[in-house]
Amino acid sequence: MRTFLSSTTGMLAIGAVLVAVAAVLPLLNLSLPGILPGPTYSPGALSMLAYAFLISALALSYHLIFGIGGMLSFGHAMFFSAGAYGLGIALNLLAPTSIPDGAVFLLAIVLTLVVALAAGNLVGALALRVTGISFAMVTLAFAQAVNVMLRRDTAGLTGGEEGVTLEVAVVPDLLIGVQNARNVYWLALGILVLVYLACVWIEKSRLGHVVVASRENELRVTVLGLRPYTVRLFIFGAGAVFAAVAGMGFLLLQSTVTPRISTADFTLTLLVIVVLGGVGYRWGAIIGGIIYTLLDQRLASLASASWIADLPAVLRIPLSEPLFLLGMLFVLVVMFAPGGIVGLTHRATRRRDTVTERPEALADAGT
Amino acid sequence: MSAVILLLITGVGLGALYFLVASGLSLIYGLMGVLNFAHGSFLTLSGFLGWEVGRRVGDGSWAGLLIGMAVGVLVGAGSAALTELVFIRRLYNRHIEQVLVTVGLGLATVALFEGIWGSDPIQIKSPGWLSRTTEIAGVHIPNDRWLLIGAAVAVLLLIVLFLQKTSYGLIIRAGVENRTMVTALGIDVRRAFTIVFAIGGAAAGLGGVLASVYYGQVSAHQGTSLLIYAFIVTVIGGLGSLSGAAIAAVIVAVIQQFANYYFGAGDLAVVLLLAVVILVRPTGLMGKVKH
Repeated sequence: MRTFLSSTTGMLAIGAVLVAVAAVLPLLNLSLPGILPGPTYSPGALSMLAYAFLISALALSYHLIFGIGGMLSFGHAMFFSAGAYGLGIALNLLAPTSIPDGAVFLLAIVLTLVVALAAGNLVGALALRVTGISFAMVTLAFAQAVNVMLRRDTAGLTGGEEGVTLEVAVVPDLLIGVQNARNVYWLALGILVLVYLACVWIEKSRLGHVVVASRENELRVTVLGLRPYTVRLFIFGAGAVFAAVAGMGFLLLQSTVTPRISTADFTLTLLVIVVLGGVGYRWGAIIGGIIYTLLDQRLASLASASWIADLPAVLRIPLSEPLFLLGMLFVLVVMFAPGGIVGLTHRATRRRDTVTERPEALADAGT
Repeated sequence: MSAVILLLITGVGLGALYFLVASGLSLIYGLMGVLNFAHGSFLTLSGFLGWEVGRRVGDGSWAGLLIGMAVGVLVGAGSAALTELVFIRRLYNRHIEQVLVTVGLGLATVALFEGIWGSDPIQIKSPGWLSRTTEIAGVHIPNDRWLLIGAAVAVLLLIVLFLQKTSYGLIIRAGVENRTMVTALGIDVRRAFTIVFAIGGAAAGLGGVLASVYYGQVSAHQGTSLLIYAFIVTVIGGLGSLSGAAIAAVIVAVIQQFANYYFGAGDLAVVLLLAVVILVRPTGLMGKVKH
């Protein structure tokens, strides 16, 4: 059974089953008290799950840059906001035209993707001239500049602190309104699956292998006559585009977008998600994204629970700050469980394998 | 002309604040290869505690401010040394994990400060002289800038004296050059780590109290917003270089002031400057350290 599950067909089968289960959730009446705010068909639960999927897709795009490429970027939020703001602004600009609505919608999406691709390559081309911590700082500085521009209502387009609202007139009716929450849910699921498949494809490609190799030993890759810079730039650009796709989904889900998603804290949240899930594992990014979103929502409602309000201030204040609990959890994971959630499960399952069967597995688990 | 002088001197004052934060960052990075994302929290905590103690001693008086500054230095040094001992030391030589731990600490502590002191800025009182101006060459310069410049110069001199004249300073300088060799010579370089963290924290703590005077308020996010500029200063100056940090702090702040005055785009000018420096000189103005 184990050999089947770890084979390619087995992985595909597991993935297909999971996607199918997720896809039929809106048609079922399941209640998960304490996890979801209502039964699975209710708009509240669906929009929360859709949000979790989009955050997972975004975390996957960050996994590509950080987990695979080994590039510690502190500016990933700018590409997410490029997607959300780009789509919103493009729709606002294109809205009053005689072209059919569907065409306007598609044109806005294509425009946003082009902008994200250009921004990703521009920032990447500049930031990749330096490595390590300096790279992190340059990306952070660019993200900060984007954040400032969004907060300032630049050129009257970004709406300042209010942000940008979705121009519903040109968006297909299927994606608008509470009664269509499940369509948006399916859209978010589709985005997650799409980004996941794209990540698999890139990681399995020759380019993906070169990127991993340059993460491990840049000098050796250079000596072999390959260019780490070029492949890293490609990965960075791809990550930017995937983040923008997730951002567009975010705008369609929330119908409004504020500068909050462009802050450095938002990128740090992504870092927390990827590390919590397990650096370098695709599933880690997805599981981390879903768990983080659920924790974030549930811890917020925990904070307002009555038994917490009765505690003395020393306990009440830390417990009523979700970000404090998540931050400390993150610190503990980094210090004591470097592989994150997926890493822990891997270690647990590998230990059960016999030594004769997979001797190298134990060596891996020991590192 | 008077506008130019005003912008120049207020820019140097802001640069002094940046330097107080960036000096610690640069020293810590130079010796240990750790970029400390919790540095802003040392600053914020010192700002809050310095204000809490200072207002009990005498709200808006010189005694209150001076005691607040002393408290800020102690709190900054203490919290930084504690961070190094409890979190950083256990992850010896694992730079990415060390950065991640400080990221987590930064996020968690800011949330904690919000829980304790609220998320809105608290207006504070400072001695009357600081809110007045002094006339120099026909220009009215706000007096708090002098305090900032004086404090930063004092900190710079003290750190340089410490690095040049004491035996620990020698170990730290040697460690920045080649840590492996220092360890191989049988010197326990880890104590130097704690000292460097404490010095950086003390400078940031002083910066925290002075930042609250400069902005006229304390808030849970003060450290985070200053930290980003301090990072930019550190990269432009060259990671690990104290003199680079001092020069870059002044350059960044002056350019920011001028761009703010003439184009209203100080932040963008700073990022543009960073981009140009990275393009022309990827190691920064005076950087040579590679980790």
